[in-house]
Amino acid sequence: MLHSRRLILAHFWLAFAGFGIALVLGEWQMFIRSPLHAWIGNPEWYYRSVTAHGTAMAYVFPTLVSMGFGYAITEAALKRPLIGARWAWTGFALVAVGTVTAVVPVSLGLASVLYTFYPPMIGSPFYYIGVVLVVVGSWIWVALMSVNLYTWKRANRGTPVPLAMFANVAGSYLWAWTAVGAAIELLFQIIPAALGLTTTIDAGLARVFFSWTLHAIVYFWLMPTYIAYYTIIPRAIGGRLFSDPMARISFALFLVVAMPIGVHHLFADPEVGAGFKFMHSVFTALVALPTLLTVFTICASVEIAGRLRGGKGLLGWVATLPWRNPMMLAIAFSFVMLGFGGAGGIINMSYQLDASIHNTQWITGHFHLIFGGAIVIMYFAIAYDLWPHLTGRALDSFRLMRLQLWSWFIGMIVLTFPWHYVGVLGMPRRMAFYDYADPAIAPQALSVIASVIGGAILVVSGALFVAVLVRGHRAVRVEPGAYRFSVAVHQPQRVPAALNGFGLWVSLMLALTVINYGFPIVHLLSLPNTSVPVVRIGAAK
Amino acid sequence: MTEEPIFSLRNRWFTTAVAVTAGIAVVSATVGFLWLPTLQADARLAGMWDAICSAAGIVRAAPNESLVVQGTYQTSGVIAFPETMENASAISIGRGATLALPCTVCHGARGLSEADSPNLAGQYPLAIFKQLVDYKSGARVNAIMSPRVAGMSDQDMRDLAAYYAYLPRLPGQHPATAGATPRIVESGAPMRNIAPCATCHGSVDYKAGSAWLEGQSPVYLAAQLRAFATGARHNDINQQMRNIARGMSSAEIDQAAQYYAGQP
Repeated sequence: MLHSRRLILAHFWLAFAGFGIALVLGEWQMFIRSPLHAWIGNPEWYYRSVTAHGTAMAYVFPTLVSMGFGYAITEAALKRPLIGARWAWTGFALVAVGTVTAVVPVSLGLASVLYTFYPPMIGSPFYYIGVVLVVVGSWIWVALMSVNLYTWKRANRGTPVPLAMFANVAGSYLWAWTAVGAAIELLFQIIPAALGLTTTIDAGLARVFFSWTLHAIVYFWLMPTYIAYYTIIPRAIGGRLFSDPMARISFALFLVVAMPIGVHHLFADPEVGAGFKFMHSVFTALVALPTLLTVFTICASVEIAGRLRGGKGLLGWVATLPWRNPMMLAIAFSFVMLGFGGAGGIINMSYQLDASIHNTQWITGHFHLIFGGAIVIMYFAIAYDLWPHLTGRALDSFRLMRLQLWSWFIGMIVLTFPWHYVGVLGMPRRMAFYDYADPAIAPQALSVIASVIGGAILVVSGALFVAVLVRGHRAVRVEPGAYRFSVAVHQPQRVPAALNGFGLWVSLMLALTVINYGFPIVHLLSLPNTSVPVVRIGAAK
Repeated sequence: MTEEPIFSLRNRWFTTAVAVTAGIAVVSATVGFLWLPTLQADARLAGMWDAICSAAGIVRAAPNESLVVQGTYQTSGVIAFPETMENASAISIGRGATLALPCTVCHGARGLSEADSPNLAGQYPLAIFKQLVDYKSGARVNAIMSPRVAGMSDQDMRDLAAYYAYLPRLPGQHPATAGATPRIVESGAPMRNIAPCATCHGSVDYKAGSAWLEGQSPVYLAAQLRAFATGARHNDINQQMRNIARGMSSAEIDQAAQYYAGQP
């Protein structure tokens, strides 16, 4: 039974509203710089749109989904009302106000700096203050997750923390720590410059701080998806979770190895030494460990569902899976995209291979396939699964849901595969204009047009998604019953203390951060003459 | 029931997790800081500690000063910050107006030239200041300007820049541009590494030290682009204008000059 239904719905609807607008902007960007449209002439419009797209998709949308889903998990898994609902509304208000504060200067062209900030470019201070408010709002959620977990633990000594809550709190701690890097960059470097208090900025140091946030934030986006893999999918397709401890180990490992790896975004930067780049490369490779553990566990869980439905033989169980169930489609599509995206990621994390695709469209293709594909398609699945419990009404547009998931999958493949291809050919990213009349890049025109078509399919799919949810608000009233999570084959009666809390894993996360980031940051701080004049964006001309 | 302590050597989860994590960190550090640097054929490393410092990214002096390339001509010494010339005082502007009397011969009574010299009215003060300093140092050479600037003090040049920046820009009766914006101005030429003019010269972004081009004489603009292309003018600090002008065709230079001349 979910008590804070209005709270959770508010988070989801604000998330999906931002997502919808940003989705259309993304397709507009693809279209106007493709050979299908004449060059718009003013690159500022393009970067303005990219900034809005990135800010909404990277900061607002996944943060709100994690928060809303986190509140739902807290009530459903701990089987008690959320402690601190008023604080939760405060957090939501901060995120909402922060979003508006950030988006207004972006819309006015006063902060076309992209969501990754890229100092020494400096935009309107309101943009950065808005982003800080979003982060502060989400930190309230982190604190609430912690408070709810420990209150429950005190009252239920000796009982294992439900897996969904364990994973949810792991995600919140990961976010709390990973957001610190960008917060330091904003509070001590960018906002003083934006307010005019300083006129120079150490761009190299700022990039190191941002890399602290930039990679682990992807695992924060991934957390709701992984929680859905483990705790929703096996139940939704009529199977059992293969292993509960394996799931806990995966989430614990994400906490440890997701953090000290961000310097792989700086492989082409001069301010970090090659030794640290290699160490970050090694730890990035280790992320494959919890990922592969998850792939194994979930495939095994799905196999259980197939065999329970009468599947026999080596692969016979695949045919008996409930393929008409939207949840089954979502997990299959998500895994396919995770597989391709992960394979591409192995190239990105390699110090040597990265050189051939660094800052090309390959990277854009990669993170759209992972985030927009593997992750977001599970956000859809989460919404579909939760909606009847939030609205008290049936969500039975199954044909529409299948169409939506299919079109999202196809659209994302058609969008990102050509992107990877032109990246290998050397097409740079973050550019507003490509002269396809030039013989050197004319052959890439066809691939770019394919990406535009993929983007158009995604816009249609996004509209279908909203349509399904709106129909859910108008459907017949039903009593959805208690919200349930997957049951493991061997439901744990007790788990080791290390897998029932976060002390060990958070300590390792902090220690690895110090080892992998401590020296580069202290060293850069100690160097003289490393600052450059800021470049004001949107200032009077 | 009490849970077993986590941070204890008796807890195998603790010992294993710490040992594996530390082991991976030590092995990767050994490879990254000791082994890989020694494999680099061209690395000028003077032993193990030097290899570690190099891999840690510690800034080291260039081994040989002869590697620093010196130009065969005087280079610009102006370090331009966006705020360098902000908030000029009324006294500075007034002094500048007095000092500007000799300038009116070429640059017009109110900073608007009728002699194909640059219009200075409303020009960014930093752009004027930088050119004056460059004339004085010899980074930019002109038969008329160089001797005029030779006797100016730093404050004189700041005052002149403040005065001309204070004057109103070319008024609206200036002829509006005919036809579309030339491709070279609007988009540059990415495949030739030419950025759009507006990247630095306003309308999209303004880079400290770059000039306001709208309404300038087309003869002057084209002459400057050609001077950059041949290297006769070389006071652009990082060769950004020389690199751009060298890649432009003669027709593109004329198009760009005509376009900016026609802008109000």
